[in-house]
Amino acid sequence: MSIDLQTVKKIASLSRISVSEAEAEAMVPELNNILGWVEQLGEVDVTGVEPMTAVIPNHLRLRDDAVTDGDVRDKVLANAPQAEHGFFAVPKVIE
Amino acid sequence: MTNLTDLTVAEIRDGFRAGDFSAREVAEGFNANVAAAKALNAFIVETPEKALEAADAADKAKAAGETLGALAGVPIGMKDLFCTQGVQTTAASHMLEGFVPTYESTVSAKLWAAGAGMLGKLNLDQFAMGSSNETSYFGNVISPWRRKDGGNAALAPGGSSGGSSSAISARLCPAATGTDTGGSIRQPAAFTGISGIKPTYGRCSRWGVVAFASSLDQAGPMARTVRDNAILLETMSGFDPKDSTSLDLAVPQWEAGLSSDLKGKKVGIPKEYRPDGLNEEISAMWDRGIAWLKDAGAEVVDVSLPHTKYALATYYIIAPAEASSNLARYDGVRYGQRDLPDGAGLQDMYAATRAAGFGPEVKRRIMIGTYVLSAGFYDAYYTQAQKVRALISRDFELAFEKCDLLLTPTAPSAAFALGEKQADPLAMYLNDVFTVPASLAGLPAMAVPGGLDSAGLPIGLQIIGKALDEQTVLNASLALEERAGFNARPDKWW
Repeated sequence: MSIDLQTVKKIASLSRISVSEAEAEAMVPELNNILGWVEQLGEVDVTGVEPMTAVIPNHLRLRDDAVTDGDVRDKVLANAPQAEHGFFAVPKVIE
Repeated sequence: MTNLTDLTVAEIRDGFRAGDFSAREVAEGFNANVAAAKALNAFIVETPEKALEAADAADKAKAAGETLGALAGVPIGMKDLFCTQGVQTTAASHMLEGFVPTYESTVSAKLWAAGAGMLGKLNLDQFAMGSSNETSYFGNVISPWRRKDGGNAALAPGGSSGGSSSAISARLCPAATGTDTGGSIRQPAAFTGISGIKPTYGRCSRWGVVAFASSLDQAGPMARTVRDNAILLETMSGFDPKDSTSLDLAVPQWEAGLSSDLKGKKVGIPKEYRPDGLNEEISAMWDRGIAWLKDAGAEVVDVSLPHTKYALATYYIIAPAEASSNLARYDGVRYGQRDLPDGAGLQDMYAATRAAGFGPEVKRRIMIGTYVLSAGFYDAYYTQAQKVRALISRDFELAFEKCDLLLTPTAPSAAFALGEKQADPLAMYLNDVFTVPASLAGLPAMAVPGGLDSAGLPIGLQIIGKALDEQTVLNASLALEERAGFNARPDKWW
């Protein structure tokens, strides 16, 4: 399976990365090389094998239902490119 | 007088306690080395004042007869992937340039609490994605090593922990932190003639470490000796409720448990790690390693890890998939860069910010990850890779029914020159062929230097152990270290 220029532009859009026409064209062979190479996994017989999600047996813990954090609004906002009135500010979303 | 910057972590710790020198003298010595080594570009931010502050606190505590922390008097380097409160943390990206965390990562906090001081934030591959430290927004790190051919080609220090490896081998710091997702501690250690251990997944908290691929990322120490690695790992490890994959287990006393006597231990030699065309000097070093472990009392057995050849492809689906998800957080809203073209809306701002903030390799991996997770391809790529990962992990389980540890090469070659492998991302990925399988299985693995090749460059050996059996990994590495007697160091040119 090989990907074309349209697909690269679609992946870029899904990834929220703007790419120029030239960049997208340069990525077509690069991504095809990598994807062509990983396709070898298709030949492995995985009948009856469960997908692995955790490498070391562990279980998700529950913690006490208690407030352990918070009241740090200014710290949370400290690195925001734009913060106003105690909120993150973004370009207008609704006309 | 002894040159304090030539001392190991253990020697600094013990000499400081014995009163042979002050912590301030040590910190001043390393600060001077750091300041004089700009040519290596190992640091993104230097923090000599932090090193002195910790040293003065250690000297004061000692004078007052207070209990000293395990690392009192020892200055270290911190990979710039660990969030450090009040000190810029960038992951070597433009995206996070200027990001000053308001909190401290668990691992770095443990090190400071034990009395260590910070010499600075070490350069790395951007978001830890790379094997040569050539993807950093802040420029390449240069290895202090040079080939003995008079050519003076600038060599790669390995990656992604290339600032750590370069700085330690150049004596800019006695030890440093690293992180290892597919070999990012072990491969740079091998390239620069130092040691480094990736512990079992879950030993070190990931909290406050800039995330790359969460099911693989593990922090670990890098230093010149096995003992120093044991000392640092003890401080860095331990349960952290803030990391859902942190292991709730007591931290063993690895340093006290060090022993190079391997009687009764079986060492497996996986045949799949000797492919046709393996570099002859790497192969010969491996044979020497086998002989050294036999000499230490171990029995050597042949084992097979039949799915090894699929490990890299599995890794290059799973790691980019997790990265594409983890790096979705860089949106120009909460932290980091924002690129807002004139009249742009929110979606345009996201896309422009990410185009400007990420380097080419990071974009490539995000896009690969996005593709393999997209509707219609998820099962064919991602689910299949997770299944093959299960088979790779089972290979190790079966092998460990026959042996206690594995011995392999660390990297398929000695360090290459900067620029040599940049044109082809795939050729670069192949560097991780011997380190990726243990990462996929979450197993502890350590790189130790074995000797120099014919070009005068270090080549290393790797020990892979059973889950949670760092002690055997450290002990076998110690046995190799004692027999290799590696004491070569790069000639100072910087």
